[in-house]
Amino acid sequence: MPPTSPLLLGLELAGAGAHPASWRRADSRAEDLFTAGYWVDALRAAEDAGIDLAFLPDSFTLQTAGAIGRLDAVAIAARAAAVTGRIGLIPQASVTHTEPFHLSKAIASLDFATKGRAGWEVTVSAGEAALFGRKPEQDGRSRWQEADEAVEVVTRLWDSWEDDAEIRDQATGRFIDRDKLHYIDFTGAHFSVKGPSITPRPPQGQPPIAVRAADPHSVRLAVHRADLIRIAAPDLAKAAATRSELRAALAAAGRDPNRVRVLLDIDIHLAATVDAAAAEVAQLEDWLATPAPATVFHIGTPAELRDILREVENECAADGVVLRPLALPAALRHLPALAPTLRERLGLPRPANRYARA
Amino acid sequence: MPEQRPRKQIHLAAHFPGVNHHTVWTDPASGSQIDFDSFVHLARTAERGLFDFFFLAEGLRLREHRDRIHDLDVVGRPDTFTVLNALVAVTTHLGLAGTINTTFNEPFELARQFASLDHLSGGRAAWNAVTSSDAFTGENFRRGGYLDHAKRYTRAHEVVDATRALWDNWPADTLVIDRERGVFARPVTPVHFSSEQFEIDGPFVLPRGPQGYPVQIQAGDSDEGREFAAAKADVIFSAHGELADGQRFYRDVKDRLARYGRDRDDLKILPAAGFVLGDTTAEAHERAHHIRRQQVTPQTAIAFLEQVWGRDLSAYDPDGPLPDIDPAEDVNITRGRVRHAKDPRAIADAWRAKAAAEHLSIRELIIATTARQQFVGTPREVAVEIDRYVQSDAADGFVLVPYLTPTGLDEFVDKVVPELQSLGSFRTAYTGPTLRHHLGLRHPHDSSPANDSTGQSRHGTEGVRAS
Ligand SMILES: Cc1cc2nc3c(=O)[nH]c(=O)nc-3n(C[C@H](O)[C@H](O)[C@H](O)COP(=O)(O)O)c2cc1C
Repeated sequence: MPPTSPLLLGLELAGAGAHPASWRRADSRAEDLFTAGYWVDALRAAEDAGIDLAFLPDSFTLQTAGAIGRLDAVAIAARAAAVTGRIGLIPQASVTHTEPFHLSKAIASLDFATKGRAGWEVTVSAGEAALFGRKPEQDGRSRWQEADEAVEVVTRLWDSWEDDAEIRDQATGRFIDRDKLHYIDFTGAHFSVKGPSITPRPPQGQPPIAVRAADPHSVRLAVHRADLIRIAAPDLAKAAATRSELRAALAAAGRDPNRVRVLLDIDIHLAATVDAAAAEVAQLEDWLATPAPATVFHIGTPAELRDILREVENECAADGVVLRPLALPAALRHLPALAPTLRERLGLPRPANRYARA
Repeated sequence: MPEQRPRKQIHLAAHFPGVNHHTVWTDPASGSQIDFDSFVHLARTAERGLFDFFFLAEGLRLREHRDRIHDLDVVGRPDTFTVLNALVAVTTHLGLAGTINTTFNEPFELARQFASLDHLSGGRAAWNAVTSSDAFTGENFRRGGYLDHAKRYTRAHEVVDATRALWDNWPADTLVIDRERGVFARPVTPVHFSSEQFEIDGPFVLPRGPQGYPVQIQAGDSDEGREFAAAKADVIFSAHGELADGQRFYRDVKDRLARYGRDRDDLKILPAAGFVLGDTTAEAHERAHHIRRQQVTPQTAIAFLEQVWGRDLSAYDPDGPLPDIDPAEDVNITRGRVRHAKDPRAIADAWRAKAAAEHLSIRELIIATTARQQFVGTPREVAVEIDRYVQSDAADGFVLVPYLTPTGLDEFVDKVVPELQSLGSFRTAYTGPTLRHHLGLRHPHDSSPANDSTGQSRHGTEGVRAS
């Protein structure tokens, strides 16, 4: 089944870049990583380049190498809300230690602040229990089972106010119609939540949910609950196969596969020439050797990356991609050359000039 | 009046009304309580008026009245951190204060959220720590509502101590960022925080924010609450607005500071206050009366009465006399933040006496008894009155609560602020970048006040600066 709409372009903004040595580049702006300027500039550059979705990874753990330290991803998205206008903002937020009630209103409020551009990438936290000291470390099954409950709670809370619950009825003095507010009365193995939310239903109703499908537990959650499923694959053929499997699983779960987008991670490093890109990556690896990328990668020019994107589309390898720059500021400089034209977005080829000689 | 002492400078904050019954939502000028543009409007107005900070209250469960969701209140509020971070983009100096309770949040997460806000805002974050943990609110959280009042303040102290330990985890020289040698940061030694209610182990994930610690606000009134404030807070948001009451509270709390080795100026007391302006005194009072009637609708009057009587009084005429029946034993008719009448019989008797003496209907009585601190008059009169309260130590300033969202502060900023400035009691420009600076508070890792003449450059070396 071919993708039903233009290829979605996502960008993951992981600090100085996905490569842990990226901060050592002269252009890394490593000194600015904890300032708003760094993030606002990056998100605006991505938006100007035509990127549809910005993914903001997050974790409570301190990195073991490279540029350490991390601002709260929802906070970064909120900080950028009023100074961006089109790009979707999808912060990661873990549900292992964070209350679903808090998450629900945080993402709903991001949706209000962006006028309908918020999303949420659901994650779980491994190895962070000691930071909270509230409950013992859980295994993968328990974490994702809890996540499943959390997503249920969050999405119910988003619906706990009907869209027209605020009535401002002067005659009866009622600000709201309480019949349009609903207790969610959720009880699960990990928590129970009464509701309703304190935040009205957000502009999108249900902000899109993204899940990275990486193991049987997360795949299960993705198939049942995600609007955007992120995958990693060694090549486009494998990606296409994974997409087909996911679509079959979606259908089996009673969901319309055409309403869920599968996004393929592509690790990138862009430069004006292939040689320059290769030399720059060699430098990064020389500073700090890293394992080979676990997904499709591209080290080269933006034009070649456009070819790869076309291939992704033609081979139905995915409905979109999430570009993961090894070095973020460097990639941002080259993104404009990547921007698809309106015709491309519509899936229309660029026609030959009728007067040009064949 | 105080003699021979320099004129105290007034601190002002703007409260965005959350769940309440004093927003006049029936006014044609009343806008959205939830659209982000409303928050932008109030914040920008406050900054135009050179206010110290913008303030959000918190309530984590919708109130119930007679076992159903209370539908007379203005309700619907956003997530505090999300709104404050988003407002950073449309303001440059204004402090951003969030009420976040210590019972339904975890220290590590809170520490990171406030540190993120402080970094992203370049030092404008403030945290109003409240304890608010009835089992009713607890039903929305997995921790539940098991903490009694005393335990809640134990937890509050421990949460604040834990967040401070985490904020202090990266010493000032942690970040190295040496590209040549490939050293980004010195190793961070994990925090081990152990207390009655917490066991936290691990490194924090952020350098110290521009303010060291965000400005700490407190808003409880009990003895424990006041003690908590004296030990840890930079600002008290109080309900003691009236002059004599305010002076008593002010003296009480400031007297407690010495016990913790703190100066009287280390804690600012800012009561909540409303205001109504007019071109003449008479017009202002007329407006105030009109506003009070809109705030206390016939239905709201009955609901208030029911909170004391503890029973269904919907059959009574709000424009008629008080009920002749006695209050019920169980008065918990409204659930969620409300001050329950401790002795409903006594209150009912007092109200009956007052209503009889002053010939008041139910609604008129409620209008008279639920009034909050309010400055009413011409802009000049209001300015003089606010200044009098501050100079006579009833307050260090006020948290203004407009009755209209989001334009309710416009008139104050346009007309009263210039009057306060002409009295010499209010700044004419921001003189520093951080909220600590606006409030004249010390940096937690520095012993001299923030806005002495050398304060600014000293702060420039602390932590990581936002651009
Ligand atoms: C002026 C004022 C404002 C308050 N605002 C809030 C609020 O927004 N959210 C909340 O949960 N509690 C709020 N409280 C309640 C207190 O934070 C505190 O939890 C409660 O008063 C119990 O503590 P106490 O016994 O020390 O008063 C407020 C209290 C006062 C006096």
